[in-house]
Amino acid sequence: MKKSTISDPFKEAREGKGFGEMNDQNDPVKMVLGHKDVRKCAHNWKTFQSGGEEVGRIVVPSEVHIREIRQIPFEVDPPEHKSYRDLVDPWFKRPLESSYQASLSEIINEVVDEALDKGVIEVVEGFSLKLQSRALTLLLNIPYDEADLWISWGTHVFRSEDTALDGDKANILYDYIDAQIDKAIANPGDDLYSVLLASEVNGKKMTKEEVKGVLILTFAGGRDTVINAVTNSIAYFADHPGSLDRLRAEPEIMNTAIEELIRYFSPLTQMGRVVTEDTQVCEHAVKAQSRISMCWASANRDERVFDRANEVVLDRKVNPHVAFGFGTHNCLGATHARQIMKILLTTLTQKVKSMEILDCKENIEDLDEFKRKVGYDSINVKFNKL
Amino acid sequence: MAKITFITSDGKTKTVEGTSGSVMELAVQNKIKGIDGDCGGVCSCATCHVHVKPEQWNLTGAPDELENDMLEFDENVSEYSRLSCQIKVSEDLDGLELTVAK
Ligand code: HEM
Ligand code: FES
Repeated sequence: MKKSTISDPFKEAREGKGFGEMNDQNDPVKMVLGHKDVRKCAHNWKTFQSGGEEVGRIVVPSEVHIREIRQIPFEVDPPEHKSYRDLVDPWFKRPLESSYQASLSEIINEVVDEALDKGVIEVVEGFSLKLQSRALTLLLNIPYDEADLWISWGTHVFRSEDTALDGDKANILYDYIDAQIDKAIANPGDDLYSVLLASEVNGKKMTKEEVKGVLILTFAGGRDTVINAVTNSIAYFADHPGSLDRLRAEPEIMNTAIEELIRYFSPLTQMGRVVTEDTQVCEHAVKAQSRISMCWASANRDERVFDRANEVVLDRKVNPHVAFGFGTHNCLGATHARQIMKILLTTLTQKVKSMEILDCKENIEDLDEFKRKVGYDSINVKFNKL
Repeated sequence: MAKITFITSDGKTKTVEGTSGSVMELAVQNKIKGIDGDCGGVCSCATCHVHVKPEQWNLTGAPDELENDMLEFDENVSEYSRLSCQIKVSEDLDGLELTVAK
């Protein structure tokens, strides 16, 4: 098995009973594994809700004990969800503007040049974290230098080495966002904080709490996911030099290649919902107030939907993956993430001849019944100039 | 050359011309409201959902199995729903009228 391989630990359970069971801090989760069942549950927001009383409960591992702020629009159900989503959607489409793409291209060229100059680099901290943090300044429309502080936090802002979740660490982020909101109130500009503070939803001005809920989500949702997508791409192309050459020769497959890599990596493994009434998933009873999750990573390897599901097929034309979710809560940051991937892959084809994984430590999520590789804790890669 | 008409949620009608590519690409090039084409046409995002006029269903044909699956749990589906990234532009589509789902 190559170092870049991400295997599918869910196959047996998916093809058997169709679900898995995970005990998470004594609040068990029934993990829905098949592509169709995942889509069905994501669609049925009335029975499988995001916006329940207990904030943080739909996240796996649960954040009930470390967070009180409701994340918006993530932990709001329709119809309220739509009002918030309509407000933020245009802002999160800005990555389609050419000026945004030009700035993003500068950011990505800078990290690729640095890697090529150094020759050998630890990709998670030295490449992906920098790229992700600097790119986030564009999404928030704030100065580039602000990324230095986020980079200094390291990759473990929400998670520490020994415990899956760390309340003290999360507080660093929450206190930081509070301070930024106060700054924007005192001195409004054209950044996301100020724009949200000046906005109305259903005729009511956005409160500080609501603005904080959007910003926390933007930081949290876009961090590990993007870092893993970027790091895993480097690992994949290092292990498959022919694929990098192919992309160089056939830039027209760029779009299918990006979607395929995102499917294969599925940087967000799963997301939960709280069950509102006694019902069934996969012909199995689930009780009101219990939790289910939709396992995007498993659905994306469902052989009933994807031929050669465990292979990266760069020109896969029909690719109904759910890596960015499905339906109501589908990923708000997807436009940004896709642009990052597009510019990263383009820059690699322009500047990098080949890459070599020297050594790596895998990041394995412990999902009780399943262990899933989602990326790397660290990975040293040698970059060779074109 | 095919002339294709889009009817958007604000009640506006726009007719555009295309020769190649997918109907989604044609719509995005012409900034048709409600067709975003987020996934670039791989059948993953459903932001290219349209309703075909029943009497023109034979022009586009029905969705294949995977497309049908994605539509199955989409908002606002009808018997005549298609993901427009899966419809190829060709002369045969001349005169087609599509109502944008979003
Ligand atoms: C490759 C990178 C990414 C992946 C794979 C990913 C994946 C996902 C998935 C699967 C969902 C659905 C969650 C659910 O149904 O409950 C989601 C939602 C969301 N994501 Fe992402 N995400 C990525 C990047 C980002 C970025 C960069 C941001 C923002 C900076 C972001 C912000 C959000 C938000 C705000 C939501 C909730 C949307 C809503 O509730 O309406 N994501 N993401
Ligand atoms: S463009 Fe994404 S499904 Fe058609």
